[in-house]
Amino acid sequence: MKLTLKIWRQKSAESKGKIVDYKLDDVSPDMSFLEMLDVLNQDLINKNEEPVAFDHDCREGICGMCSMFINGRSHGPDRAITVCQLHMRSFSDGDTIYIEPWRAKAFPVIKDLIVDRSAFDRIQQAGGFISVNTSGNTQDANAIPISKHAADEAMDAATCIGCGACVASCKNSSAMLFVGAKVSQYALLPQGQVEAADRVKNMVAQMDLEGFGNCTNTGACEVECPKGISLENIARMNRELIKANL
Amino acid sequence: MSGFFKSSIGRKIAMALSAFFLMFFLLQHFAINILSVFSPDLFNEVSHFMGTNPLVQFALQPVLIFGVVFHFVMGFVLEIKNRNARQISYAKNNGSANSTWMSRNMIWSGVAILAFIILHFIDFWFPEINTKFIKGDWSGLHEGVEGYRYFEELQHKFHSHIRTIAYVIAFVFLMLHLLHGFTSAFQSMGATAGRKKTLQNIGKAYSIIIPLGFIFIALYHHLKYVLG
Ligand code: HEM
Ligand code: SF4
Ligand code: FES
Repeated sequence: MKLTLKIWRQKSAESKGKIVDYKLDDVSPDMSFLEMLDVLNQDLINKNEEPVAFDHDCREGICGMCSMFINGRSHGPDRAITVCQLHMRSFSDGDTIYIEPWRAKAFPVIKDLIVDRSAFDRIQQAGGFISVNTSGNTQDANAIPISKHAADEAMDAATCIGCGACVASCKNSSAMLFVGAKVSQYALLPQGQVEAADRVKNMVAQMDLEGFGNCTNTGACEVECPKGISLENIARMNRELIKANL
Repeated sequence: MSGFFKSSIGRKIAMALSAFFLMFFLLQHFAINILSVFSPDLFNEVSHFMGTNPLVQFALQPVLIFGVVFHFVMGFVLEIKNRNARQISYAKNNGSANSTWMSRNMIWSGVAILAFIILHFIDFWFPEINTKFIKGDWSGLHEGVEGYRYFEELQHKFHSHIRTIAYVIAFVFLMLHLLHGFTSAFQSMGATAGRKKTLQNIGKAYSIIIPLGFIFIALYHHLKYVLG
């Protein structure tokens, strides 16, 4: 396959970036998207140019590091996958592919396609935990009865990998799907009840402080989320916040 | 509690509450207007009641005005904040792949509705205020008109082609606003669990039937005049 890539290049957080064009002549449809970028980077290194910086780690869809806005969509054209799970067979010979970093005030670009997602860490630190005694006398989790329904929904919420695709695809750069998933994962389980009110208040306050936008319920996040986190988690977070304030 | 309404979610809930109120008002407004098609007398009676009842005039009317102003001011506040949350936009952004046009353009359908509301105030509300509060005439009567004046006034407004077209266009925008807004308001309240499909269906019915109904009323009076 022959491809034209239009990639956002930016030296550092302070510098101004721009889209730069690259041509690749021999891309196999069986390559993953990241392997295709590896090939490009090898070319650039051979030509003594700076390779394109991008985040990646597990390359199997579980770490959430790979973060690219490809042809106008988070993680590219396919549903429910990360960039590392995207293959070049999803594109056609002669295609032009735009590759941009996640865009949000709360996710500043560090270099090229790498953005700083530590805002998510600070939201987690504000309440995304339960306080348990870890002195060695920890109670067996199965000693607390939990309905299958609640356990399943909590597990679904907990599959969020914190990738930020929801923020990137939202017209408002809203982090509500991420925060909704993190709030839900605890709100659905008995262990989460003790700190429930403080958790939702503090996490929402931190989310606002970081400069993420509001929710307009467009549903873009749900469509683009690689883990299929549902909008219902945002509704649950809203209910939890109303409850915490009454 | 004041902190709650400053939070992103609190603002969203305030937005939804004002929207619920407006949607209820719209239903009520439609129920009265449709009478003008079936029974001018009944329309006149109800209009006179609404126009002179102290509870409606001095309690509900101020609440309505507050509701409308709050809704569009908050709409603009949210729009500005949300735009601010992304300072560099994408070179290529394929919004239609994951969301509807209606949901991404609430501000533009809203601005169209606001323009309509201004026109509508100039057409109906300011003259009413002038007659009742400035001239002090609460009789609902007008020289040369038999019975109450309201039906005559309504018919007269729809003589104009331009006004009729403007009303029809505005109601199309209202439809687009509600096609996303109805379910969205329930979602904001966290009230969608297990009944999302039902709400979406009720939402579709409401958002299409009510604006089409208003369009029907406008066209009915216009065509009745044009065709004699
Ligand atoms: C006066 C002009 C209006 C403007 C400028 C306006 C603007 C807006 C905006 C910007 C939103 C989206 C807010 C967000 O980001 O979530 C919105 C939501 C909404 N609007 Fe309006 N609007 C207007 C009039 C109306 C009217 C007359 C109705 C109903 C009769 C209405 C019903 C709704 C509903 C149901 C929502 C969804 C609320 C939610 O998502 O919680 N709007 N409006
Ligand atoms: S909710 Fe989905 S899109 Fe958002 S951070 Fe979690 S996994 Fe990524
Ligand atoms: S590199 Fe880990 S999810 Fe893609």
